[in-house]
Amino acid sequence: MSDDLDKSGRDGENLPAADPIADPGLPEHQWRPTDVDPAQERRAERQVTGMFLTAALLFVLFVVAYFAVEVDAIIFDYSASNIALGVTLGGGLLLIGMGIIQWAKKLMADHEMVEMRHPAASSKEDREAVMKDINAGIEESTLGRRPMIRNSLLLSLGALAAPSVVLLRDLGPLPYDQESTVWEPGMRVVNDVSGLPIRPSEIEVGQLVNAQPAIFFPQDGEEEAEISGHSQLAPKAKAAVIVVRMRPEDITPEAGKENWGIDGILCFSKICTHVGCPISLWERQTHHLLCPCHQSTYDLADNGKVIFGPAHRPLPQLPLMLDSEGYLVAQSDFLDIQGPSYPEIARHQEKLDSES
Amino acid sequence: MRTLSTRRRHRLAGPAVLLLGLLAAAAVYAVVQYAVLSPATAETDTVSARDVEAGQELFLVGCASCHGVNAQGIDTRQGGNYGPPLIGVGAASVDFQVGTGRMPMAQSSQQAPRKAPDYTEEETRQLAAYVASLGPGPAIPEERWLDYAAATEEDVTRGGEFFRTNCTACHNSVGAGGALPSGRYAPQLDGVSARHIYQAMLTGPQQMPSFSDEVISPEDKRNVIAYIKAVQDEPSYGGVGGRLGPVVDGIYVWIVGIGGLVLFAIWIGAHGARVKKKS
Repeated sequence: MSDDLDKSGRDGENLPAADPIADPGLPEHQWRPTDVDPAQERRAERQVTGMFLTAALLFVLFVVAYFAVEVDAIIFDYSASNIALGVTLGGGLLLIGMGIIQWAKKLMADHEMVEMRHPAASSKEDREAVMKDINAGIEESTLGRRPMIRNSLLLSLGALAAPSVVLLRDLGPLPYDQESTVWEPGMRVVNDVSGLPIRPSEIEVGQLVNAQPAIFFPQDGEEEAEISGHSQLAPKAKAAVIVVRMRPEDITPEAGKENWGIDGILCFSKICTHVGCPISLWERQTHHLLCPCHQSTYDLADNGKVIFGPAHRPLPQLPLMLDSEGYLVAQSDFLDIQGPSYPEIARHQEKLDSES
Repeated sequence: MRTLSTRRRHRLAGPAVLLLGLLAAAAVYAVVQYAVLSPATAETDTVSARDVEAGQELFLVGCASCHGVNAQGIDTRQGGNYGPPLIGVGAASVDFQVGTGRMPMAQSSQQAPRKAPDYTEEETRQLAAYVASLGPGPAIPEERWLDYAAATEEDVTRGGEFFRTNCTACHNSVGAGGALPSGRYAPQLDGVSARHIYQAMLTGPQQMPSFSDEVISPEDKRNVIAYIKAVQDEPSYGGVGGRLGPVVDGIYVWIVGIGGLVLFAIWIGAHGARVKKKS
């Protein structure tokens, strides 16, 4: 079979004749009703003009609505202003487009035409002339004969990358100092928003408290919190915690973490260890904490172990104790680096472990 | 009157008179029931021993099969429970679960859905009175903490801060609800009464954590309710078809929006009418 093909290809015996089927050409042009009937033509003309005039009217109405319709006015539970502006402007633009299409389809000449394709490349003479000029330029610049100049120029351009790297670094802070937060021994755990300290008796089994360190809220006698306003944002994003209470018999603490909770009250970082979303999606019966961003799931009864999702570090736990007045306070800062993971985290964690 | 008298022998006259008679009897019954039996509703605010007794009877009929005849719960062999114990869950829990139709459950499933309540207000009150008598638990909240209309704009703002800190993770920032694993979900808060929202925060039904009055004060709970109601009263600035969530909005854009564009493209490309005649 392949021999046959080779043979036929080589000999050209089976090649088709130059033009086996005569080019039928274009079919005969057929006329539209608007081409032959003046009444139809006038009707189409009126349609198109009508659309354009209506569009003009809608644009005027847009301006009227812009000033006349109150911004907070409501119509059928929707914003009257949005609807008025949208219908007039959108309707006007739509009518212009429809008018143009109707004009083209009904009235503009629609004779079929043939335009042969031509190659996209420039003509041979043009290409030769350009290459001649380029080669002459290279020759006159002596680049080909003086490689030292060429190489040193390339080197200097390469070195230009160094300043830009340094300048780009200034665009934002590097992810530094994740090893520590504002938590310190004896700092009260307070309810977020209200800033009130919490006693264990105020938390029931199954309860969730979104909490913050007391340093962000004015304490007794203070006019303003120690860290407040703009400077509060970054430390607050790292120090946010949740406090949950489970039945003590449900909790299986790791060695060394037995005294980190109080009667089943545990405190964990609120920041997901995957990419740092705030997590407080707490299922009281399963003891699972879910991240709404990528569905990482932590088992808080089992030391914040990851049981599902892209996170691969357990949720850091904040050790709790009680102060002299019986309020929840931190034993220390987090012993595990909180917040999203980053390339150097293992090295930083080792450093943190050796310090503590 | 002539019209009536001429039609009195019509074959539908008999049934029509019967229907009128029945309607009149029902109207009289309704008025009598309201007039004679309504004094009972005057006592709704106090829990009497009779309520507890009536509640126990209702409980034995409608709840005991899962929660046990003494509301002690029924354990399964696997160590779970068929119905949890209700001792100490308080009146607020019962009022929420029965008042929103979650209990009695129509079928065993991942989550009890909200549905039309099976018990009347009166029966719900009696059931709550009975369960509350079994052990101390959260009571039905006072009316003044449910009066969200009294909240000032400042209160609503503060309620919004609490809502975004504590509730949005599951219920979405405008209370539209959201999905949880294994077929569970945080329900949307649209159309839930202030009393039921308060009771849900207080008691933590199903997977929802509880938020005790000591940590989030009754006034702050009132403000959270005021925020939820304020958000729900906002007009839909996104226009017709909005507020249904990204999936529905996306389907709308795909079908109506892109579908409309396809129709326009067909119109633009269509070969219009032709005639044989030449001009």
